[in-house]
Amino acid sequence: MSALHDLTIVEVGEKLRSGETTCVELVEAVLARAHQTEAQLHAYLTLDREPALAAAERADAELAAGEDRGPLHGIPIALKDNMCTRGLETTAASQILAGYHPPYDATVVTRLRDAGAVIVGKTNLDEFAMGSSTENSAFGPSFNPWDIGRVPGGSSGGSAAAVAAGSAFGALGSDTGGSIRQPASLTGIVGVKPTYGTVSRYGLIAFASSLDQIGPLSKSVADAALTLGAIWGHDPLDATSYPGEYPDLEADLDTGVAGLKIGVVKEFAGEGYEPAVEGAVGSMLDALSDAGAEIVEVSLPTVDIALSAYYLVAPAEASANLARFDGIRYGHRAPGATTEELMARTRAEGFGPEVTRRILLGTYALSAGYYDAFYGQAQRVRAALRDEFEAAYRSVDVLVSPTSPTTAFRVGEKTEDPLSMYLTDICTNPINLVGHPGISVPVALDEKSLPVGMQVMAPALGERVMFRVAAEIERLAGFDARPLLDEVA
Amino acid sequence: MPAEIDIAHVARLARLGLSDEELEHYKSQLGAILDHAARVQSLKGEPVVEASHPLRLENVYREDVVVPSLDRDEVLSQAPETEDGYFVAPPAMGTE
Amino acid sequence: MAGWEPVIGIEVHVELATRSKMFCGCAVSFGEEPNTNVCPVCLGLPGALPVPNRQAIEWIMAIGLALDCEIAERSVFHRKNYFYADLPKNYQISQFDVPVCRDGHLDIFHDGETRRVGIERAHMEEDTGKSTHVGTGGRIHAAELTLLDFNRSGVPLVEIVSKPDIRSAAEARLYAQELRAVIAELGVSDARLEEGSIRFDANVSVRPMGESTLGTKVEIKNMNSFRSLERAVDFEIERQIGLLESGGEVIQETRHWDEEAGVTHSMRTKEGSSDYRYFTEPDLVPMHMDREWVERVRATLPELPAERRARYVEIGLDSDQAGILSDSVPALRDIFEAAIAAGAPPRPAANWLIGEVTGWLRRVDPDPVVVPLTGPQLAELVAMVEEGIVSSSAAKEVLEGVLAGEGDPREVAVTRDLIQISDSSALEAAVDEVIAANPDALASYRAGETKVLGFLVGQVMKATQGRADPKLVNRLLRDKLADER
Repeated sequence: MSALHDLTIVEVGEKLRSGETTCVELVEAVLARAHQTEAQLHAYLTLDREPALAAAERADAELAAGEDRGPLHGIPIALKDNMCTRGLETTAASQILAGYHPPYDATVVTRLRDAGAVIVGKTNLDEFAMGSSTENSAFGPSFNPWDIGRVPGGSSGGSAAAVAAGSAFGALGSDTGGSIRQPASLTGIVGVKPTYGTVSRYGLIAFASSLDQIGPLSKSVADAALTLGAIWGHDPLDATSYPGEYPDLEADLDTGVAGLKIGVVKEFAGEGYEPAVEGAVGSMLDALSDAGAEIVEVSLPTVDIALSAYYLVAPAEASANLARFDGIRYGHRAPGATTEELMARTRAEGFGPEVTRRILLGTYALSAGYYDAFYGQAQRVRAALRDEFEAAYRSVDVLVSPTSPTTAFRVGEKTEDPLSMYLTDICTNPINLVGHPGISVPVALDEKSLPVGMQVMAPALGERVMFRVAAEIERLAGFDARPLLDEVA
Repeated sequence: MPAEIDIAHVARLARLGLSDEELEHYKSQLGAILDHAARVQSLKGEPVVEASHPLRLENVYREDVVVPSLDRDEVLSQAPETEDGYFVAPPAMGTE
Repeated sequence: MAGWEPVIGIEVHVELATRSKMFCGCAVSFGEEPNTNVCPVCLGLPGALPVPNRQAIEWIMAIGLALDCEIAERSVFHRKNYFYADLPKNYQISQFDVPVCRDGHLDIFHDGETRRVGIERAHMEEDTGKSTHVGTGGRIHAAELTLLDFNRSGVPLVEIVSKPDIRSAAEARLYAQELRAVIAELGVSDARLEEGSIRFDANVSVRPMGESTLGTKVEIKNMNSFRSLERAVDFEIERQIGLLESGGEVIQETRHWDEEAGVTHSMRTKEGSSDYRYFTEPDLVPMHMDREWVERVRATLPELPAERRARYVEIGLDSDQAGILSDSVPALRDIFEAAIAAGAPPRPAANWLIGEVTGWLRRVDPDPVVVPLTGPQLAELVAMVEEGIVSSSAAKEVLEGVLAGEGDPREVAVTRDLIQISDSSALEAAVDEVIAANPDALASYRAGETKVLGFLVGQVMKATQGRADPKLVNRLLRDKLADER
């Protein structure tokens, strides 16, 4: 029988309501699991033990009183440490915010609490979510539960490692160029980047405002659907928040794929893609075809330059978003005889190398004389890319690809060459540029027993069909492996 | 293609007080990244309108209603230096 | 300055008097304890997001319409990036190439001529916090530290940029005054120079007369009255001409007006040519001012000062009267409008308001919200003078009484016993008495000394305590004396 911490939210939800377990037990289970695994994984930056237990007690009392807030009631959830929690340290894994206690909660935090979830802690990430391995955390890297010599992906690597290892039943991450889907893929769990504008960014420490989107990391597609259902919806505090009708995420989880047209993006293959990854995705396509879907090849030529556009747009926006960290109102301060000197020294000391690099890159791309050739042109690429995706969705229901060209890579393998690290986002960042949703679902283990993830993409607000296909992939893959972390330890 | 990166100017615009050594290091990395990024210039055809919100949202406003502000002590508790309810910074400019 | 032509453009920043700030719900209010009207958004805390204030957008549209601007169909916000301690995000949400308003104009009247000053653009942005530099001496670079208050941070600000159509310091002042009058009329801002809710900067250059290319421009700041604006522009014109005539060169820079010394001095900026790296604000979505919305805003516009002056002239005021009355406090204009509506002839009504009523206000309440005089009361007063019910001098006393709250003009005239005796039968007795009591005068008159009539009129006025209509007394006396002859 599986340990409590290995169960899905749906499974423990049943146990909670049948009286087999309690919210306090669930919190104790993940805290115990964290105690057991943190030394190896470093998934968390902060564990909020006592408040979490207190919240669990309240959740139990509510259930006992017949007050059921729904599927997340009493469920221990972890938050990536770039989401503001009032009074609970929030650092974005940066020295510049070490010790920062926000005076307000992010909208997703309020929504989770309203849904009854218990926030157990804040997870590690690449500093300001800039990276693909969680090695850029100012407080040390996280490690992959499947092989602690390898990275868990990033930037939501801490959230992914915690969910994969069972030190949280679910987690929230943020995805700017793949930062939820890629670590989900590398740790064998489900990760969702919803349509831009569906989950409020209020209280998410911004990396690139037009690309950032919060989403769930979960053990199953159904868990992902119910978590997303709890956090999304219109928020008047976010001007980019979608005010209209939202799709039903759970309606088609059991519908299957018969009659659907699935497009395989031709450009997401070839050089740089590991054979095991291409093989696993190919097998799944066969299975989907057998399950009644029509598989067609789709070409999106602009995808080839999407990464270039991404590495102009994201740093440009970041260069402005991170300007506020100046040592005046909060966070780290270095001494300086003038305000200018104080700011320049504070920022040089407070930001790590990757963040510094991207701020310089973004500043350059926006500066006089280069704007049109770089930032302006990148925005035009974005528009062209959107046109291509939208055209594709006129003939297919969803698009699929590997989530990442490779399985988890070794710690330190790509840290010396920023560009090689950037290339790990090649399959995920195009849909950030166009604002469409994507989900990564584990489909197999490679020859090194490392998980392979497959990405399903859908048009804007196409989450219903996206979850429908993802749920079928999950069923067809029958992926139920769990990392053998205990034996490693 | 970027002919020349005035890295010291860029660092000053970005208020990053980096050493000459660090500047050189970042300059060479930026060069490589920008070579890759310059591929955006291969996009051909009519210049299209710059990207906007994916759901084509427009005219999102709030009504002119006052909501309570934050507690000043809580706000100032996060500041490196305060005095009499103010945030404190050094003088704006040097005596150059 | 013979041989040189000054070329001046004015940039105006107007703080809108919305209840809440531009991008958050913090109150717009002044004189509060520092850092009490702040929230994650206007403090630039990590994770905070802006949401624009609809009222502010409608008010900038109103300003644009009042200045005959085109209102953009689609407009967007940009980030303007620069580091400054009182700019919490270290970028200002502003507008760059698609402002809400462009291509308008404002007419000013100078030396009896109408001059049209073009409006390049008006755009929406947010104000910064306030830095107080404390330490030794008053100058910025002698300060020891900077105290920062973010209560003003995020207050909606409209920047209005004129075309370089202004040719003298006097015109610069007239433009600024007229613009302030328009803003005040719209009711979208307190528009007080002293409090900084409307701020004027000037771009000044000079060129040889007849030259069409522009000279190097200098931006001058820190003028907090119309007078200092005029003085600063004048000083700067002279400074630049002096430089050029002595073979020097004007440097493009920002200069600070020193009111006490009456000079501008250079503000050294470290960043040299600034590079603001404008890009579209990704936290906000485009504004779409559809024509229906524009028309709805247009329908809310009040009568503007220029329109009102023209209407006043049309109903019979001379242009000086029209100007003075139109630019006077709203309470006075309201009385004027109501008096006209009650049938008062415009000119005397205007004269009373500009003269006696304004004089009274100056003594009692220079900035009144309510003046204790209604339009019908003024109409009645004017009518009483015209009809000879009170003399002009008695009317002033009647007005005093009305303003003191003693009642309507007629009541006051009666209570204070100021009604002119215009009834000849009521006066005849007095006239007879005076004639009877002054036989010498009568004799002189009969001898041809008609001057003595004045003396007799005076005696009748004295006997009636000044309430007799002097014209009537005159006529009665003449008649009587003729009879007796």
